[in-house]
Amino acid sequence: MFKILKYSFYDLIRSRWSYVYFLFYLLLGFVLLFLNNDISKAIITLMNVIIILVPLISTIFGIMYFYNSKEFTELLLAQPIKRSSIFLGQYFGVAGSLTLSLVFGLGIPFVLYGLFKSDAIFDFTLLLVTGAFLTLIFTVLSFNIALSNENKIKGFGYAVLLWLFLAVIYDGLFLMSLIVFKEYPLDGFSLAATMFNPIDLSRTLILLKLDISALLGYTGAVFKKFFGTDQGLFISMFMLVLWTVLPIWRLVIISKKKDF
Amino acid sequence: MIHIKGLCKKFGKNKVLSDLDLNIEEGGVFAVLGPNGSGKTTLIKSVLGMVVPDKGRISVMGEPIKKNWKYRKKIDYLPQIANFPGNLRVKELIRMIKDLRQGESNEEKLITLFKLEPFLDKKLSTLSGGTKQKVNIVLAFMFDSPLLILDEPTTGLDPASLIHLKELIREQRLKKKTILITSHIMQFVAEVSDIIIYLLEGDIYFKGTIAELKAKTAQTDLEHAIASIATTPAHV
Repeated sequence: MFKILKYSFYDLIRSRWSYVYFLFYLLLGFVLLFLNNDISKAIITLMNVIIILVPLISTIFGIMYFYNSKEFTELLLAQPIKRSSIFLGQYFGVAGSLTLSLVFGLGIPFVLYGLFKSDAIFDFTLLLVTGAFLTLIFTVLSFNIALSNENKIKGFGYAVLLWLFLAVIYDGLFLMSLIVFKEYPLDGFSLAATMFNPIDLSRTLILLKLDISALLGYTGAVFKKFFGTDQGLFISMFMLVLWTVLPIWRLVIISKKKDF
Repeated sequence: MIHIKGLCKKFGKNKVLSDLDLNIEEGGVFAVLGPNGSGKTTLIKSVLGMVVPDKGRISVMGEPIKKNWKYRKKIDYLPQIANFPGNLRVKELIRMIKDLRQGESNEEKLITLFKLEPFLDKKLSTLSGGTKQKVNIVLAFMFDSPLLILDEPTTGLDPASLIHLKELIREQRLKKKTILITSHIMQFVAEVSDIIIYLLEGDIYFKGTIAELKAKTAQTDLEHAIASIATTPAHV
């Protein structure tokens, strides 16, 4: 697996898009720090950007990489390599290079600004960890879609729809159901609804840590009331791990049954 | 060498292989022939484990191939359409495959034979079809595995390279290797192969030597024999 990972990773590191992605975060980090002049405030703004953008980029990057490396995959399939190693290697190659772009792109400006001297270092680390999780989750979701759809246009469409659903439509539906069923107790429902969307989950996770009740919103408040800050952090982190592991498991199962 | 029993494979509603039994003995060149869509590539890909059969057993050198990948160390495969990752250079591709397979290899000799030196630093996406096929051949022949599977090896080759390819196949045959070839060029098949395996509608229709095939169909040349085989009533 590690050999495949190495080749996928080098392949991506040499590609122009990794640099574009890296430079984008670098620029974003500098601009936000320059405009806010305060690390904590910059982190909140950054959170809003990361939570929407990281899933989008990971989804599109993942699906494009998978379809583009079809030849590479076929070449590897005839070699004495386990199938699951081929796909896991490619997956971790893509997710790894995206995570690196994110961590370095945002890390450099914040470190230069004096992150280590500020008390926001844990908040910032949590932001990066969440960003890394979102990358892992959405890359593996897009790999799943690509593996199940031979047709590139369809696969691409489904992937973008998935992002749109989780990033935008889900919140709308959630809010609407809160209004429609406002006469009923909704704690349990909203807790579950948050768990089932990695984007909402990440947002709640970061806001819990930052402890900004004004931004927490309904779910965040329920989360806090229900679990308290520490347990809430732990449970949302655990859910993010589940969101990563389960699709990876499906990826391995499906790849074993597929014909090439 | 290869034992196949009761192999079935469907793609959607399209039944490609139906209850196919085949034994391939060790040593010699076996030509897998058949009309377009008769299941040649599916058969080969099943042996390689790229296609997962619906039913049936396949074993390569005594090892069942189900849930197994190590047996592919003993197989060199030349795919039908040379699709390579376009952003790699020829040299990098060769190095990568060597790294993945970890075995003795003699790529230098083959590169000189096919005059590929000027292309070593070129990206694979910029190569012509014939040159890609030569790279493909180098990758398939550079290891010393006991089983060679060549799917349409002649595609896009110029006459000089075709001669080299035939020499390579003869060389491997003298080393008592088992070679499986599919091709539509009958002249090529007649020159290199020992045994003909004829596939029709997903099953083996004929297996035997070229002389047997000619006798059976009462034809004097292979091309006509193959063309008329499906209309000959007797079934082996």
